[in-house]
Amino acid sequence: MQFIRRSIPFLVVIAFTAIAFALPKERVTIKGSDTMVILVQRWTEAYPDKSATEFQVTGGGSGTGIAALINGTTNICASSRPIKKDEVVQLEKKFGYKGLEIRVAMDGLAIYVHKSNPVKQLTMAQVKDIFTGKVTNWKQVGGNDKPILLYSRENNSGTYEFFKEHVLNKQDFAASAQHMAGTAALINAVSKDNNAIGFGGAAYAKNVKALPIAKEASAKAVGPTAATIHDGSYPISRFLYFYLNQKPAGSVKKFIDWVISPAGQKVVSEVGYYPIKRK
Amino acid sequence: MNNPFRATRRNIGELIAEWSIRAIASVSILVIFLIFIFVFREASTLLTGSEEAPTEQTSTSSQETSATSTTQSEPDVYNPDAEEPEVYNPEAEAPASGEEGAPGEFIYIAANPAYPHIYNPSSGLIPPDIDATSSEEEVIAGDTLSFGENFLSSTWQPVGEVPKFGIVPLLIGTAKTTLIAILIGAPLGILAALFVAFFAKPWIREIVKPGIELLAGFPSVVIGFFCLVTVASWVQDVTGVPYRLNAIVGGIGLSLAVIPIVFSIAEDALSAVPKTLREASLALGSTEWQTAYRVMLPAAAPGVFAAVLLGIGRAFGETMIAIMATGNAPLSSFSPFEPARTVAATIGSEMGEVVWGSEHYGVLFLLGVLLFVFSFGLNAVTELYVKTRFIKRFQGK
Repeated sequence: MQFIRRSIPFLVVIAFTAIAFALPKERVTIKGSDTMVILVQRWTEAYPDKSATEFQVTGGGSGTGIAALINGTTNICASSRPIKKDEVVQLEKKFGYKGLEIRVAMDGLAIYVHKSNPVKQLTMAQVKDIFTGKVTNWKQVGGNDKPILLYSRENNSGTYEFFKEHVLNKQDFAASAQHMAGTAALINAVSKDNNAIGFGGAAYAKNVKALPIAKEASAKAVGPTAATIHDGSYPISRFLYFYLNQKPAGSVKKFIDWVISPAGQKVVSEVGYYPIKRK
Repeated sequence: MNNPFRATRRNIGELIAEWSIRAIASVSILVIFLIFIFVFREASTLLTGSEEAPTEQTSTSSQETSATSTTQSEPDVYNPDAEEPEVYNPEAEAPASGEEGAPGEFIYIAANPAYPHIYNPSSGLIPPDIDATSSEEEVIAGDTLSFGENFLSSTWQPVGEVPKFGIVPLLIGTAKTTLIAILIGAPLGILAALFVAFFAKPWIREIVKPGIELLAGFPSVVIGFFCLVTVASWVQDVTGVPYRLNAIVGGIGLSLAVIPIVFSIAEDALSAVPKTLREASLALGSTEWQTAYRVMLPAAAPGVFAAVLLGIGRAFGETMIAIMATGNAPLSSFSPFEPARTVAATIGSEMGEVVWGSEHYGVLFLLGVLLFVFSFGLNAVTELYVKTRFIKRFQGK
């Protein structure tokens, strides 16, 4: 009796390990972009063939995902920015394969301001000047006489990288830009601050205003909608990617094929992003 | 080991217990040393030089000779749907099923070695320079500083064409927030400990002491979130400063983490002072406050100093509150009403991104080494200097 009682903890541990090892499901790990984490979660929930595949979805930023891909700790990396050249070199060095890029959705990067901000639109040049710190007062772009408060993402974010490369033309952000941990935190900060400006995925707008952006001073300003992103008139649009470190096979391939099929792309529209174009 | 006063023979169970305790203790000490060694080793990759990404692209010959896409001038905004490449690499792997765009059958292999392979490329446009075999790396005009100059400059932008690793704004930010946290937290904690140890009625003591120690159990994320949402708005309403998240809000959050630590240890130290000292002082005619401030507090001074030091260590290393409440802007200003960026928050936010072995990685570990060195130095200074000289003065030796 004593023996049975004393051995119960060991038996429990052995039982748990047996159950864990006996699982016949194949596990697919998806790590990476925080912008895409909700979308990836919805995909894994809506995926029809769940009986044989088990999904593990984590955020952490596009850079985290690509680092995990290079280290081999994830099957799929979700990234909101294209992979960098030296990361491709590292993949090739580690796996002998340059990596595989799959475009899975499109996203528009909206410029958010407080709802009470009187500014109606901005040009790309003005956005660049604001975020690099050249323009520091709202009255210089047609608003009130108040200093501009900049909100940005942390530098491990694909959104940050994309914004820096394509909107700021690789120049540095102003030192006074406050770095927020995620798009939701950024939107929350902008919604509480009358003089704030920030950027983030178009799907996250809540209690803030997305400004229409014009490519040049003479062009018409367009806001981020599905139509303007697809036909290219909204200037700040980007792809959302999956990256792999080997050719897709087995359940990974089935999942990816489902994601880029019309069924998977329907989920994209529901979450608030824009489906990829199908020719 | 050989205890001559041992009455009974030790049984095997006790022997096993004793040796396992020794083994676990040795392993723990060893692990602490290994952590130090690991962090120093990772930081020392900066000295040996990180792996250089090859800057020259040699033209690789892929098996499919691809017809080049149109060379167009670099578009100034990334607009993947605006222009189409005219020729679409007809020699690449053809779709096996025969229908174009069938999912999973078509992989486009880029001629440019800087690009990965693309799966189902009909889902979107290919970047126009993806087949350029001779690519010139455009060098951003910028003076290349030596690592030392870069490290001591005042710009922290580690991700970009020219990475800038200036730690001066980080050190200033850490100093600001820690100072504010200690200036708020240490007096409150010590005075609360004095109150609970001497002036409180027993039933009040029963409630307040566990209450403050409950605050120690708050996850720092919750404290950070509370500061982000409530304290920041309150501070902005009271002071009217433009920045909602600044060093003061971060300092208040950190002090919420510091107060329970300072309180617990100071209260234990104050309670351990012998009652005879207190009774003698009261008998000689001093008031309660004079007794507490002039007799009991100096008598408990080593413990109170240890409490404040632990509080400083906690404020220094607290990551989550700093990430959420300080605004994370690497500014080199000393104003407490501007956002700050602490060393711990920098390591916490950026460690996920770095490619292992890169310069950024080494710099982050170097920041960790700096944290270690500072905490160690602070402890050493207090052990050697403060305790001996200060305490002697306080205790009248």
